[in-house]
Amino acid sequence: MSQVLPELKYAKSHEWVRITGDTATVGITDHAQHELTDVVFVELPVAGRTVKAGEACAVVESVKTASDIYSPVGGEIIEVNSAVSSNPALVNTEPYTGGWFYKIKLANQAEASALMDAASYKAQIGG
Amino acid sequence: MLKRTPLFAAHQKLGGKLIEFGGWEMPVQYSSITDEHLCVRRSAGIFDICHMGEALVTGPGAEAFLNETLTNDVRKLTVGLGQYSQMCNERGGTIDDLYVYRIAPMEFLLIINASRIEIDVAWLQERICQSQHRSGVIFENASDRLGAVAIQGPRVVEFINQLFPGGALAGMTGVQASELKKNQIGAWPFSGQKVWVARTGYSGEDGYEVVAPASVIEEVWTKALALGHTVCIQPCGLGARDTLRTEVCYPLYGHELDENTSPIEAGVGFFVALDKGEFVGRTVLAEQKAKGATKKSIAFKMTGAAPPPRPGYPIFINGAKAGDVVSGTQSPSLNCGIGMGFVPPASAEVGSKIEIEIRGRKFPAEIVKKPIFRKA
Repeated sequence: MSQVLPELKYAKSHEWVRITGDTATVGITDHAQHELTDVVFVELPVAGRTVKAGEACAVVESVKTASDIYSPVGGEIIEVNSAVSSNPALVNTEPYTGGWFYKIKLANQAEASALMDAASYKAQIGG
Repeated sequence: MLKRTPLFAAHQKLGGKLIEFGGWEMPVQYSSITDEHLCVRRSAGIFDICHMGEALVTGPGAEAFLNETLTNDVRKLTVGLGQYSQMCNERGGTIDDLYVYRIAPMEFLLIINASRIEIDVAWLQERICQSQHRSGVIFENASDRLGAVAIQGPRVVEFINQLFPGGALAGMTGVQASELKKNQIGAWPFSGQKVWVARTGYSGEDGYEVVAPASVIEEVWTKALALGHTVCIQPCGLGARDTLRTEVCYPLYGHELDENTSPIEAGVGFFVALDKGEFVGRTVLAEQKAKGATKKSIAFKMTGAAPPPRPGYPIFINGAKAGDVVSGTQSPSLNCGIGMGFVPPASAEVGSKIEIEIRGRKFPAEIVKKPIFRKA
């Protein structure tokens, strides 16, 4: 059974967001990494890029397929996780900790509040 | 509506993740493609290949008919022996690639691709009508009544005699399953039915392929999983089947081979017996072999950190587009991106530096000798 952390917000497309003041950390959920399995490559956006909510800004590749990752919130990317580029398996082993993708300075706090809470996301994945 | 194999319920029970493949609903993986792949290289894995087609060509004209229809020389097959072959059109393009076994003096079993069953059956029936041997050939599409599983890996031989005890009753008569040599086939009784067991596969490992009546195929599957437990056998999906065959550069129809690509171009000209006399496509194939074809199949490895190459990605040589990737994946054995593609023959030299364009960026790769992976 996939883990869903109560303190995070979730997007329909299986990304999670951890909000700290006006910045947010983004990654993909335990359920998503289970579905992908064997993550072998992660392509991250460059720091400094401004993205809109819902914009494709990263790619996760498993042995079988490449999947776009959509930013759950808009803003400026301020930091990317180079550890996950060099060790993509972190997405599988630590989806909520070491496997984070990027940090973003929120352009609009309301976008973050509009995301799903843990209970709604759990319901979506049937868990 | 997608077709389902007799093992569909077994896949659901094992938690297989199901996808569409060639009109069939098939498991792509159970645990993970990488785990399943490495398990086959190290020990043993079992694959549902019931989606593949079976055809029986029987009668006094069967040998002569097949020899004018297939690229390889079936006269070389003694009873109990199989060979890889292609079936080409008049332009040398490939209708299908297949395995043909002589299971009795005048009886041949053909294993054909799932996605090509209808086309092959129509093609073969049409060729029979046009053949001077037509009165001596009986053709049966047995794809619905027969199922198949592949049991692959270096440790399968440790339990195959328990699955099929005693000596073969037909084909390699008297021989034990463990004693079959590569490409040999025999028949064993199983649950009151006759099943064919061949020492062949699509993984680059030792192993067996079992063709059995659909009614007993689940019992073969279940029993093989139980007996293989001692060597940690794993059920494996189409994902691992694809990574295993890509590492050893076995062609997959629709990727390396199609109706516009000849076996010579695809680098499997070894299975084209130009010396056997007339057969469909021979004129074009002989010309390609003598003068060279316009495209050549290459194998390559990514040389730096890169996303896995995928079919359709462009290949660049010296900054110019030279061709396309037709198969590509992350190699679980080598832990790097690998693939195959077509380029002009002049650019196909082993050791050449090439680039693969992935989402608009070019990543370095190198043309390597086939197979890409060879066991130490």
